[in-house]
Amino acid sequence: MAQSGASKVTPIHSDRILPAGAGAPNFTLHATPDQTLTLSDLLGRPVILAFYPADWSPVCGDQMALYNEILPEFQKFGAELLGVSVDGAWCHAAFAESRHLHFPLLADFEPKGAVAQQYGAYRDADGFCDRALFVIDKKGIIAWSYCSPVAVNPGADGILEALEDLPK
Amino acid sequence: MATLKVLVTGEDHAQGPEDADVTLVEYGDYECPHCGRAYPIVKQVQKHFGKRLRFVFRNFPLSEMHPHAEAAAEVAEFAGAQGKFWEMHDRLFENQERLGEALFLDLDKELKLSATAMRQALAQKTFEARVRADFTGGVRSGVNGTPTFFINGQRHNGSFDFDALVSAIQQVMITAKSA
Repeated sequence: MAQSGASKVTPIHSDRILPAGAGAPNFTLHATPDQTLTLSDLLGRPVILAFYPADWSPVCGDQMALYNEILPEFQKFGAELLGVSVDGAWCHAAFAESRHLHFPLLADFEPKGAVAQQYGAYRDADGFCDRALFVIDKKGIIAWSYCSPVAVNPGADGILEALEDLPK
Repeated sequence: MATLKVLVTGEDHAQGPEDADVTLVEYGDYECPHCGRAYPIVKQVQKHFGKRLRFVFRNFPLSEMHPHAEAAAEVAEFAGAQGKFWEMHDRLFENQERLGEALFLDLDKELKLSATAMRQALAQKTFEARVRADFTGGVRSGVNGTPTFFINGQRHNGSFDFDALVSAIQQVMITAKSA
């Protein structure tokens, strides 16, 4: 759907997010109000970590809804997709239900944005996550990362290329 | 940044000359309200540029969100296999709020297509692979929602209102000529 003009976008801080080659900081976050997910439990398969600013805002909805449609393509690589924002678990649950999302949305809620900060994907001035993507290999090393301007849905081409380039 | 990974070929549904200055590719979903809004705008843009523009439509049904989008895409392809892609394409967008089997049958009748053959094509998923191939190619090219436009292979990140599309296409025409 329509993206707003690039001119309105605040500068990209792509040099700030953790680069390829860095170890992916481990975390445990709520995936639902009563369940948590720990990154290291997913060792052994690739993980796509998609930080996004917020549930419900139309641009984000598009990005998560798009990934939801592309899920079968990600699954061909055995990859696990995780969405992360500072929204709480109840908010995520309502959002996921409304969009029929088939992958977990993690709540980086308390302390707010702590995981995003470790990945360099937190916007202090705004109080929400950057639109930052990470592909983590099966050993827990970041294989690819990309930060999109907040108003631009980055699509999935970069993620798929990164998954393709992972050593088999 | 994002570029079209699947080049336009004779297999594509295209309007306008092959050697047009600019090719505009749309990845769209018949049930997407934004694509519905873009539909008359694209017509205006085509009229504005005439033979200098070729327009290509590819399927990008967001089936999780839009229950009729996949079937509508397959119906358009079914009509396309009988040389009536654009007739069906236009009618699907013009009747977007009525998408569903009843509409598909009405449109079949209007376009003198066989209802039995259409039902069979949907049941046997005859055109599913083609629609899927469009979708996958779109994902690889950086389609990030619907509609997504590519102007001479470059993703158009701006708005798709008439003025924005015309000025983006004009820009590409100027660059293409000076190159």
